[in-house]
Amino acid sequence: MRFSDEQIHRYSRQMILPGIGGKGQRKLTEAKVFVLGAGGLGSPSSLYLAAAGVGTIGLADSDQVELHNLQRQILHRTCHIGLPKVESGKKTLESLNPDVKVQIYSERITSANIREIIKDYDLVLDGSDNFPTRFLVNDACYFEKKTLISGAILQFAGQLSTFKSHAGGPCYRCLFPEPPPPGLVPSCQEAGVLGAVAGVIGLFQANEALKEILGIGQSMVGRFLLFDALGLSFTEMKISKNPKCPLCGENPTIKELIEYSQSCQAGSYEKGSFHGDVCSGEDYNPQSPS
Amino acid sequence: MDVSLEVQEIQINKELNLKGKICPYTFIESMLALEDMEIGEVLRIIVDYPPAVCDVPKSLKNEGYEILDVRPVNETDWAIVVKNTEFK
Repeated sequence: MRFSDEQIHRYSRQMILPGIGGKGQRKLTEAKVFVLGAGGLGSPSSLYLAAAGVGTIGLADSDQVELHNLQRQILHRTCHIGLPKVESGKKTLESLNPDVKVQIYSERITSANIREIIKDYDLVLDGSDNFPTRFLVNDACYFEKKTLISGAILQFAGQLSTFKSHAGGPCYRCLFPEPPPPGLVPSCQEAGVLGAVAGVIGLFQANEALKEILGIGQSMVGRFLLFDALGLSFTEMKISKNPKCPLCGENPTIKELIEYSQSCQAGSYEKGSFHGDVCSGEDYNPQSPS
Repeated sequence: MDVSLEVQEIQINKELNLKGKICPYTFIESMLALEDMEIGEVLRIIVDYPPAVCDVPKSLKNEGYEILDVRPVNETDWAIVVKNTEFK
């Protein structure tokens, strides 16, 4: 493909970067990224992916825009309140960059549809707001051999990693084999979240997605980053594949997708085994996955 | 004079007229043209934006391309001759 003058102007400040050029910009144009959740994490990540010229962005969310979302979910505007988040997001992304094709999924992501949806994408960004979805996405990415860029936030803290379990790296279950019991950890809805923290982690996800697409820099595979906004500190841990992982270990017990229910009315699941005070980008959706 | 003769002997595979273009588009369009060319082929770029005379060769060299020649061709225009090299 040839770039138009407008595209050269639009992307000039990244095309001049070492390792990008026209070849890298073409990779971005041809890339397909699936963003699960048009909330606190999916907002900044999808905006920057669209701005960078990622050719196809899949946006999935079954919620509608509400006033209390706007404190951090910068994909949406006050005039979008009441609209499905994916429609609101599509409007914003397309107004930012008409080059980008935004594919929207307003249905709830479940074990019945996730594999079929993500198989057309190169990368998956998890910006989900509950543990059942988080585990579902991890397992689906393993089965479909997709790279998963995982982000999570709560209050003033965030976490980030990239999982390529299909290519020898650890998966989310290598760290957290099972979802925590319901109600152990407060959700963003209960405990709150600083909008800028969602921005930081969402942008890290976008940054890692762009690096993966371009094939530049040091991947976050095998690394787990913890962010403390109040201390403005980062802690990085090395993580490795768990031979006992129920999904990608030596004797896997999980052979197909599991639909965990989320019965707790107010909260989400806790992930007590590793870093218990972090959840995710969006408000908890009280509807159980069906 | 000898240098001039040498340059004239270089086989130019493609010409790119970037008159009227400013930085960084002079560099980007040069790079895009080179990316479409075969290794070993030579591109001759014409620019009339004075900063581009320094910046384009410098940026192309940083990318790993080989600058063969930079010289004025008339009162306003400069020619930059660059070879597409195998560096990536």
